[in-house]
Amino acid sequence: MSFLLEPLQYEFMQRGMIAAILVGILCAVIGTYVVLRGMAFFGDALAHTILPGIALGYLLTGGAREPLFWWALGTAVVAALGIGAISKNSELKEDTAIGIIFAGMFALGIALISTVRSYAVDLSHFLFGDVLSVSTQSLWLILIFGLAVLLVVFALYKEFLTLSFDPILATTLRLPVGLLNNLLLALIAVTVAVSLQTVGVALMVAMLVTPAATAYLLTRRLFRMMLLAAVFASLSGVIGLYLSYYLSIASGAAIVLTATFFFLLAFVWKKVKERQ
Amino acid sequence: MYPHTHHELNKPILDVQRISVRYNGRLALEDVTFHLHAGERIAVVGPNGAGKSTLFKVVAGVLPPSTGEVNIFGSRPRSHVCIAYIPQRSQVDWNFPVSVADVVMMGRSAKLGLLNWPHKRDWEYVHRALEIVELSDLAQRQIGQLSGGQQQRMFIARALAQEAELMLMDEPLSGLDTPSQEGLLNLLDTLRNQNVTVMVATHDLDQATRHFDRIMLLNHRIIAFDVPQNVMHTDHLLQAYGGRLKIASGGTMLVDDCCPPES
Repeated sequence: MSFLLEPLQYEFMQRGMIAAILVGILCAVIGTYVVLRGMAFFGDALAHTILPGIALGYLLTGGAREPLFWWALGTAVVAALGIGAISKNSELKEDTAIGIIFAGMFALGIALISTVRSYAVDLSHFLFGDVLSVSTQSLWLILIFGLAVLLVVFALYKEFLTLSFDPILATTLRLPVGLLNNLLLALIAVTVAVSLQTVGVALMVAMLVTPAATAYLLTRRLFRMMLLAAVFASLSGVIGLYLSYYLSIASGAAIVLTATFFFLLAFVWKKVKERQ
Repeated sequence: MYPHTHHELNKPILDVQRISVRYNGRLALEDVTFHLHAGERIAVVGPNGAGKSTLFKVVAGVLPPSTGEVNIFGSRPRSHVCIAYIPQRSQVDWNFPVSVADVVMMGRSAKLGLLNWPHKRDWEYVHRALEIVELSDLAQRQIGQLSGGQQQRMFIARALAQEAELMLMDEPLSGLDTPSQEGLLNLLDTLRNQNVTVMVATHDLDQATRHFDRIMLLNHRIIAFDVPQNVMHTDHLLQAYGGRLKIASGGTMLVDDCCPPES
């Protein structure tokens, strides 16, 4: 018992746990659509594309970390809608267009951060996250924006479902298809901004796709997939933080490794079941 | 939020005037003009790439024509929710995590309006639609567990739940075994009793002749559009199929036009 309670005597561990659970649930639910619509690469690119925005905010505010959330949020929404528009109108294939923007913006972010003396430390903070440094104020922001995203997903459940399954049906039913598509991109953007401090830019895509993909292996109903994904993601957050505490490994990596372990477990379990 | 345009009942259910569609500089449809009466059953026949799917998408208001206009009961398709487009089965993600009832309920989305969740009345529509297509027992199955014929019937149930008056079916008979095809054709009889107008893209000239009121022979433009006995002439078919048509002795025609390429 003390094995489980010992880390929780530290307030930063308590805040980290809460953040990891909230972010896990949020990413899992949005990630369900990311997985079903094949948007994993978009999610990965989006996380990387917002680095210059964070870097700019970091330079302008003189290194303060609190305002960075707003910089991340603004850049994420602009980047999501921008990538959406460019990939739709480009003559190049969608993934090529996204690849060019994503690498270019990421390089710009690194270039900006490299002008600061504490370059290496700051960059690794943005790239890999640091859930143990989450402040109470950040926790509130995660809660408020996370709930807002979940509320929209819940309110437009049947619209997003119809649009994701059969876009032509959505058009013949005269749903506002363009608006809904952009709204979904914006929701993914908010999710990425909110989750950045937990796992960082580089591992963000794992939070979006791994728990949702694990759930996809185990159920064939959308709502159950969302619930299961949320369970796997929050478990990964909690177990990952204990691993991080006792093994002294980076928290973001520990969370993602736990989520990956769950996926492998589900994958093997399903293969074994199919053989029987 | 949702348009429910008044139907001018003295106007034809579908009136297509001189539509052309250009894809990357090539004409997919050229100067297509026709109109349908409510309750008619039309087979659209033509070689692969003849523009059948394109025509359906223009009629459904999914694809804007380059020139010409389409009217449904006297107004543009985009103002109507009474048109159902039933996709080819190869275009559907059958692993998608939804049940048969979920898919049929999607048809109610327009009548429900944004943000609203299904009411009791909507579930009644869904159950009635599933009864008509004889899928009530499979309502809770994941869609990938259905047979090909059942998958087609599920989409017809979705169109019924949508209260569609014009159903556009893209090759619903392809890849089905004979009993499933017969079942589907019987279901089309039921739809006729409900005054639903049906356009079916098909490769089967024989079924088109036996089961449909009129046949549209399409190869980018309309080659013939009339009752079957007036359409099924060698010169018409030669125009539509060109070298793919073989004429055997005794007047039997063979069309070498199997199996659309899988996408």
